[in-house]
Amino acid sequence: MGFIGDQIDSLKSLKVRQALEQVITLGMIVSSALIIWKFLMCVTGSESPVVVVLSESMEPAFQRGDILFLRMGEDPIRAGEIVVFNIDRREIPIVHRVIKVHERNDTKDIDVLTKGDNNDQDDRVLYAPGQQWLQHQHIMGRAVGFLPYVGYVTIIMTENPIIKYALIGALGLLAITSKD
Amino acid sequence: MHSFSYRANALLTFSLTILALMCAMASLTDNFNSPSPTATVQILNVNRFQKRSNGDDEVAITLNISADLQSLFTWNTKQVFVFLAAEYTTPKNTLNQVSLWDRIIPTKEEAKFSVKPKNKYKFIDQGSNLRGRDFNMTLHWHVMPKTGKMFADKLVLPGFRLPESYSYR
Repeated sequence: MGFIGDQIDSLKSLKVRQALEQVITLGMIVSSALIIWKFLMCVTGSESPVVVVLSESMEPAFQRGDILFLRMGEDPIRAGEIVVFNIDRREIPIVHRVIKVHERNDTKDIDVLTKGDNNDQDDRVLYAPGQQWLQHQHIMGRAVGFLPYVGYVTIIMTENPIIKYALIGALGLLAITSKD
Repeated sequence: MHSFSYRANALLTFSLTILALMCAMASLTDNFNSPSPTATVQILNVNRFQKRSNGDDEVAITLNISADLQSLFTWNTKQVFVFLAAEYTTPKNTLNQVSLWDRIIPTKEEAKFSVKPKNKYKFIDQGSNLRGRDFNMTLHWHVMPKTGKMFADKLVLPGFRLPESYSYR
């Protein structure tokens, strides 16, 4: 019968009570993923604790598809740190290195300038028109850890939605039909 | 129980667990390395020192940087990012960090170097506070691992001072 045949057989033999149990199991998986994500948000203080690198602007340090772990922390931002920041009216956050910091005496407000290691110019061309510096509210977190390649799956899935739905479908089917 | 999908799942889970464990251990071994980098920095020449049209001071300099960062490299090191920043305080700002020069070091062999660059990024103050300003040159390095935790440290080289007056070449 093979793999697919097995799956269809097990689908046919499902009973209502068993089906309900599988739905609950599926719900548990989804909600525990959500719990882990929210927990990481609390621990790291960053609104997105894990990001996937999408551009080549930080090569060779980070390549497309690498995963970065972010932390916000209480420490002030300093030059050399790799920060993730969001420009007003830009959807995709940017991961670049801080090259200049000016910290105000009275308010402790900071002005930060960033640049991608692989770029020739600093990031003023990317900022909003007329914007010279990043302030604290633009910065979502700083990179503290690194895992290569793992995020490539998400890039493939965003670029080919068919693969995404096929994968979700297959996983869903497996979760519903598995009997352990 | 012993279906194809069950075995495939078990094999995948096991290999991913082992891979994650090996990554974590590779990152942990970095802690056993206690590096001792050395560096010297000189200002060879002040090429230009002026007030910009918006009132901010700008200085252009030629540097002489020698460093030996070979001890930073371990088997889990992908690259070392090294940069030199001028760090100083002004009445308005508790801290100003201005990157002057940086370099990506991909291998241990290239981690011992001596260069005489002009400042790669503009040395501009927020205001007009650079005349006669005492400042530190700080050599920072960020160690990028092949996997795991990133490391950073610095070497502060104090005792630099900018000229008392502007100079136009």
